[in-house]
Amino acid sequence: MFPFSYTKVSTVREALAAGQRGGRFIAGGTTLVDLMRETVERPGALVDISALPMRHVRVTAGGGVRIGALVRMADAAVNRTVRAAYPVIAEALELSASAQLRNMATIGGNIMQRTRCAYFRDVSAPCNKRRPGSGCAALGGYNRTHAILGGSEHCVATHPSDLAVALTALEATVHLAGPAGERRVAFADFLLRPGNTPDREQDLRPGELITFVEVPALPRTSRSGYLKVRDRQSYEFALTSAAVALDIRGGVIRTARVAAGGVGTVPWKLSAVEQQLVGRRPSAKLWAEAAERAADGAQPLEHNGFKVDLLKHTVERQLRVVGGNK
Amino acid sequence: MNQAVGAPLSRVDGKLKVTGQAPYAADHHVDGVAHGVIVSSTVGAGRITGVDTGSALAQPGVLSVITHDNAPRLPYRPYRNFLVPPGERLHVLQDDQVHFFGQPVAVVVAETLEAAQHAASLVDVAYDGRPPTLDLTGAPTNEPFSYARGDAGGALGSAAVRLEMTYRAARNHHNALEPHATIALWDGDRLTVWDKTQYLVGAQGELAAVFDIPVEAVRVICPFIGGAFGNGLRCWPHTVVAALAARVTKRPVKVVLTRRQLYFGVGYRPTYEYSVRLGGDRQGRLSAMTHDARFETSRYERHGEGIQALGQMLYETPNVSQTFRNVPLDVSTPTWMRGPGYSTAAYAIESALDELAHELGVDPIELRLRNEPDDDPASGLPFSTRRLRECLAIGAREFGWHKRKPEPRSTVDGDRLIGIGMAAGAYHTLRGAARAYARLTAEGAALVQAGASDMGPGTYTSMTQIAADALGLTMSTVRFELGDSTMPQVPPHGGSQTMASVGSAVQNACDQLRQQAITLAVTDERSPLHGVKAEDVIVRDGGMRVKNDPTRGETYRQLLTRLNRTHLEVIGSYAPPQQPRFSTYAYAATFAEVAVDARLGVVRVRRMLGVYDAGRIVNPKLADSQALGAMVGGIGMTLLEHTVTDRRDGRIVNANFADYLVPVNADVPDLRAIYLEGNDPDADPIGVKGLGEVVMVGVAPAIANAVFHATGRRVRELPITAEALL
Ligand SMILES: Cc1cc2nc3c(=O)[nH]c(=O)nc-3n(C[C@H](O)[C@H](O)[C@H](O)COP(=O)(O)OP(=O)(O)OC[C@H]3O[C@@H](n4cnc5c(N)ncnc54)[C@H](O)[C@@H]3O)c2cc1C
Ligand code: SF4
Repeated sequence: MFPFSYTKVSTVREALAAGQRGGRFIAGGTTLVDLMRETVERPGALVDISALPMRHVRVTAGGGVRIGALVRMADAAVNRTVRAAYPVIAEALELSASAQLRNMATIGGNIMQRTRCAYFRDVSAPCNKRRPGSGCAALGGYNRTHAILGGSEHCVATHPSDLAVALTALEATVHLAGPAGERRVAFADFLLRPGNTPDREQDLRPGELITFVEVPALPRTSRSGYLKVRDRQSYEFALTSAAVALDIRGGVIRTARVAAGGVGTVPWKLSAVEQQLVGRRPSAKLWAEAAERAADGAQPLEHNGFKVDLLKHTVERQLRVVGGNK
Repeated sequence: MNQAVGAPLSRVDGKLKVTGQAPYAADHHVDGVAHGVIVSSTVGAGRITGVDTGSALAQPGVLSVITHDNAPRLPYRPYRNFLVPPGERLHVLQDDQVHFFGQPVAVVVAETLEAAQHAASLVDVAYDGRPPTLDLTGAPTNEPFSYARGDAGGALGSAAVRLEMTYRAARNHHNALEPHATIALWDGDRLTVWDKTQYLVGAQGELAAVFDIPVEAVRVICPFIGGAFGNGLRCWPHTVVAALAARVTKRPVKVVLTRRQLYFGVGYRPTYEYSVRLGGDRQGRLSAMTHDARFETSRYERHGEGIQALGQMLYETPNVSQTFRNVPLDVSTPTWMRGPGYSTAAYAIESALDELAHELGVDPIELRLRNEPDDDPASGLPFSTRRLRECLAIGAREFGWHKRKPEPRSTVDGDRLIGIGMAAGAYHTLRGAARAYARLTAEGAALVQAGASDMGPGTYTSMTQIAADALGLTMSTVRFELGDSTMPQVPPHGGSQTMASVGSAVQNACDQLRQQAITLAVTDERSPLHGVKAEDVIVRDGGMRVKNDPTRGETYRQLLTRLNRTHLEVIGSYAPPQQPRFSTYAYAATFAEVAVDARLGVVRVRRMLGVYDAGRIVNPKLADSQALGAMVGGIGMTLLEHTVTDRRDGRIVNANFADYLVPVNADVPDLRAIYLEGNDPDADPIGVKGLGEVVMVGVAPAIANAVFHATGRRVRELPITAEALL
């Protein structure tokens, strides 16, 4: 670990000032400290934001919900509003990490977590995300867990968060406070694909702080859920995952929100699948047909070709789980 | 007083462990200790062209940075014990050669761990690397080991049924929770190390040879081990590094490997390619079997493990040929990992038997029964005990085998295909010469010592049980100590030989001690036992009594106090017979039920049962830790564990617990073990056959066979993951 200074702030203004001086925010510390130990991250100054007043879950005027950036994953998962209106969020959280981690980890930190690409975390390997221009060890190396969607010749690492998949499906927005004031970014635009600059991962300006995420209201009749497929039963990142929210009324699918995880360099919104679903009647055939579009544009690598079918099967299964067996 | 042996007693050291008071290797307090952090090579083969230690040395608190450039040349006197493979051990920090990815290339010693860690990350090593050779297939091999009986080729040619398959098993790492750690302290030319080791004698001998000092000048201390599974059997380079760093800095030095470093050069279960051909008649009686396997080893040492035995003795096969080749690659040397060789061989052989059963439409258990030998077909010796038939029968009954529909893919539960599989297994009962010290004090308590280890099986507890019964003492009045090379020598704590060997030595010591006490009593005129025949005296409740007149007797305390003796003491011993008269193995029948979500490529074990013929079970509670733990390990081996090497540079890609997957609780729902009653009096004086390894042998094929039964798809490669099932 490289030496660093540590300050704890108690107001957003202090946090922003410290951030502007180059300080690095630390919330639960569950992933940043790991990365510092591996010397992947080498911040000179840590700014502990865990005492800031951003730890509430509130219902918005429009019937949506705001989840403060410092709400613990465990607390968000058991929150009544979240559970009632967005089971997909609660399930994504509960299938993440371990109970101990969820007790420490925050929503903001979860969205900001960095890829689990093993080469990224091994400082002796070339990695464009960690050291721009050094090359990508995963492309010609072992890439079983890497992305089949959204990669570039510079980086094919997946975004590991489960929560972010649910937020992508639900078309949430990220609310930011910065030296230049507040702003909001659609979730789909917040996390960036690698392109030529895999080291730039979020639409976040220097010193900016996530204050909360806002999830728009779903029709009352919606049902939602999250499916995570992995080698072991618990405590592992997704090989593939699917976040699905469907509003079915009068036997017809009115709205469909579907996103996939474990397959994209960012959580992958499955618009083609959604389009297949809307206006149609639920059936096993429809689920299969729609899921067929889940891997559109996939570019598998040497070791992750199986994810193409697995993704389709995952989406199909979760459509059925949420939308019913008829 | 109840017998201690056979009772499901809790661990005598359990409280120490759960309250954090049991000192593991890195926990020992040594005054003035400095911290060493190893720098690992980042190429898989080649040479070091330069090491820039400038910025590391400039860090506050750094005492020294030792590399091959400035390290003292170490004598490395030739040394072998029977655990050291042929070849020449890695000479650490002695030259510029890199033999494998992660090899130690420098060590930073500093006042604090943090300073040492940071400085280690600043050491800049330049290499002239070359692409390592890593692929088992196609690489030239060492001289093969071969075995033949009968004419396997001919018999295969004329067999009514013939099958030929190749199985592959991934490299696995031991991944004990406790990291390897060493604290080294020099006092002149005397060296003391607190080390994580399963073999005090080996560590002592190796360090003496490396530094060319007398064996007696080295003391190795290891009272507790937080899991090892075999990789504490050898003295690895980091132990030498700690001693070397201590010598250079003239300070005691502690070296603890990081989790990542535990994947570099401290052993692993090697990758195998194992081809089986078998031939038999339509009833499933095997006439021939051939075994051709390759497995990896380093270029500097030739690893070997018990890969041969099962192919020779598990079934009555008149014609057998075996060729096992180790393939030298640019990797570190493998080492024994739980059920070494046997687990891998069982995966191949027991999968093949399952394939044959399916081919013939014979029940897999019945197929095994049809091939049960009467005597050991390899040695011709009679079995001391071989109760595999009972294991199979009890297992079938308890697991509900008869409810299994034989047809693969015939049981469905929602989205899941359900399958049941089984496998047989065996492991040779190893025994080695062992000694133990026992002392009975005037307070009526006993102290027993042996230079053994306890990596988790509960050596402290089981030895205390043996001693307590032999001396008629309660568990709490016996103290058993281990883990110090100044104690009497015992064989390595591996290969399931501790109970048989050390246990027999403890039994012998305590028997002698009891006889001493009884002899003193019956010959002492003042003793109530005076004149009684020694064989009519029994011990219990801390004293001696006449067998048929329990009111007549005295306590040890009374005896020794009256005789003015502070204590009695003996050294007991055990030596296995030179010429074995029996073939002695422990046996296992393992059953597994899996649920396979074929669309999602996910296998989950639903329940498992193991039935074991392991001789006397000294403590069923400890035995369960062994058996259930092995099932967990076997689930890992079959479905999850896979050390991934980057073929370009030998990098271990998943050298951490997030990417190298071991089972979590959710993966191991319902596990059960049954032990056949009885013992094996011909195995050793206490009738045990060893348990820790055999429980692992057969787990992988039982699960793999269940996956086949569930899906109708035969996956011949471990681990079985989504790729293979979709
Ligand atoms: C072993 C393990 C397994 C895991 N498994 C999963 C899993 O299955 N699924 C999953 O989704 N996640 C998983 N995680 C990741 C886990 O969810 C994250 O570690 C956690 O959510 C991070 O939150 P934190 O508060 O601890 O963040 P920190 O470690 O404190 O910070 C993480 C990053 O976020 C930044 N940051 C934090 N808060 C803010 C803010 N308000 N504004 C701007 N930047 C901020 C920090 O600067 C830092 O860069 C796992 C983690 C571990 C260690
Ligand atoms: S995939 Fe991305 S994170 Fe991984 S090595 Fe390549 S550049 Fe680095």
